[in-house]
Amino acid sequence: MAVVHVAGVRKTYGRTVAVDEVSFDVQEGEIFGLIGPNGAGKTTTMECVEGLRKPDRGTISVLGLDPFRDVYQLQDRIGVQLQQAHLQKRIKVWEAVHLWASLYRKPIGDGDVLLEQLGLADKRNAWFMTLSGGQQQRLFIALALINDPHVVFLDELTTGLDPQSRRAIWELVRGIRARGKTVFMTTHLMEEAERLCDRVAIIEHGRIIDADTPQGLVDRHCPERSVVLVTGDPLAEERFRALPHVDEVLRADAQFTIRGRGDGFVTAVIQCLAEHQIRVSDFRTVLPSLEDVFLKLTGHSIRD
Amino acid sequence: MLRGLWELTWLETKIFLREPLGAIGTVVIPVVVFLLVGRAIGRSAPASPGATAFLRDGLPVLASLFIAINAVLSLVTIISIYREGGILKRLRATPLRPQTILTAHVLVKLLFTAVTLTLMMLAGRRYFAAGPDVPVIAFGIALLASTLAILSMGFVIASVVPTARFAQPIGAVIFYPMVVLSGLFVPLDIMPQWLRMLARLLPFTYVVSLLQGIWTGGSWSAHVGDLAALAVVCVVCTALSARVFRWE
Ligand SMILES: Nc1ncnc2c1ncn2[C@@H]1O[C@H](COP(=O)(O)OP(=O)(O)OP(=O)(O)O)[C@@H](O)[C@H]1O
Ligand SMILES: [Mg+2]
Repeated sequence: MAVVHVAGVRKTYGRTVAVDEVSFDVQEGEIFGLIGPNGAGKTTTMECVEGLRKPDRGTISVLGLDPFRDVYQLQDRIGVQLQQAHLQKRIKVWEAVHLWASLYRKPIGDGDVLLEQLGLADKRNAWFMTLSGGQQQRLFIALALINDPHVVFLDELTTGLDPQSRRAIWELVRGIRARGKTVFMTTHLMEEAERLCDRVAIIEHGRIIDADTPQGLVDRHCPERSVVLVTGDPLAEERFRALPHVDEVLRADAQFTIRGRGDGFVTAVIQCLAEHQIRVSDFRTVLPSLEDVFLKLTGHSIRD
Repeated sequence: MLRGLWELTWLETKIFLREPLGAIGTVVIPVVVFLLVGRAIGRSAPASPGATAFLRDGLPVLASLFIAINAVLSLVTIISIYREGGILKRLRATPLRPQTILTAHVLVKLLFTAVTLTLMMLAGRRYFAAGPDVPVIAFGIALLASTLAILSMGFVIASVVPTARFAQPIGAVIFYPMVVLSGLFVPLDIMPQWLRMLARLLPFTYVVSLLQGIWTGGSWSAHVGDLAALAVVCVVCTALSARVFRWE
């Protein structure tokens, strides 16, 4: 069942078209990622789905509710983490959790367990302004989970965090899915999308270019693979060139880069090595990633 | 409907008290200034009938009015800071109703205004005995009505100020000239005709007329016009800010 259904959504700010003809579904129990560069329209799309902005056109339903008409009912059942948000400078961590718990019909306990899980237990009495970026982010995740929501919206949740906190937060998000929740997130980090998301939609200039599982996107758009190996065998180059599925063989001294496509390609290289007893001192495969898919689809890297 | 109102009001009260100048700025300083001014005037001209009249009738109205205005300016600033920091937006992404968020802030301000005025009154009683016949409750109600009208104007300002930095000065520039023309310092009757016309258009003129009238023992029936004017201000400003208020 689709938990979030978005069809033909368009939103403009004055003359800027932020999103246009955006359609996608988020299925129950999955981590769905909206990925794209800065200004692509991720936040706008997400905030339309959360009922915080009103789209100019198109239909959206979340848990069967209209985010604009039934906004309070919806807010009760979803958890939201905004890309740019703050709390009162001098609110204490436990006070924020307590306030949030009082706003929902079915809060999960007193929130102390959540703080524990998120590693904020020793910050219970700290003012919001004294928390580090990562701690603030974790507090916002706690607030997004306080009502045991059906769907959790996470907008760029690890931007600005160090790699260690980032990994900790990825674990948390997987934990949310493990409890049967649906997660709808945005990111411009391809690695994050690849590791975390069951399905992703690539958005650029306000339009969705393609949507699929990360692997599905890679298979469809970037079927090439490379094997990089180092060998001193004088006959190696000739043998590699004779393999099926091989597009090109590049050589730099003893290092070969063999490009090919399809799942059989890597196996073919390995078989060739075994069959001809070619001794290699290094061997690795280079698989295309979402980054490459993005480059292929848009003609530029997501970081530019 | 009002879920979270008490939690939020209580929380905002605590947060306000944690501000570096929160309690001192809104409660202690005004009370102290009030006492100092009162004593200074009382000492320098103990027998002059003008001084006595000002101490008895002018100062309390002036003080209440300034405290109400200060509370509203502080509210405008807080709302602007909350908007700029994305706090309003974060609160809105919950089942909290927008009205609840704003009402909580209004309640906090009313609370501090009431505390300040009560302290002032208690302290003032010791130093310059106000008449025992001062209609405290009626005056409280008149002040509440006035404060609500000023608050509604404050919300219009809070709705449109571009950044938090300008909230306080813009509010002051709008409010204080109105007070000057309100008849509190210069009676309306001795103003030139055109100035008097202008004063009649300003909400503070009705605020001052109401507060002064009730303080000096006037009856409510004599101030129906003032109350009606303030009601109009409230309705118009609330409707206006409901239309133009920005959450982010
Ligand atoms: N409130 C607003 N007023 C005017 N323009 C806006 C507003 N919000 C977003 N935009 C514009 O809409 C476009 C999409 O913005 P949006 O914030 O949705 O992008 P994003 O994908 O979330 O980007 P980022 O990765 O930087 O968060 C941008 O061109 C942005 O300038
Ligand atoms: Mg964004």
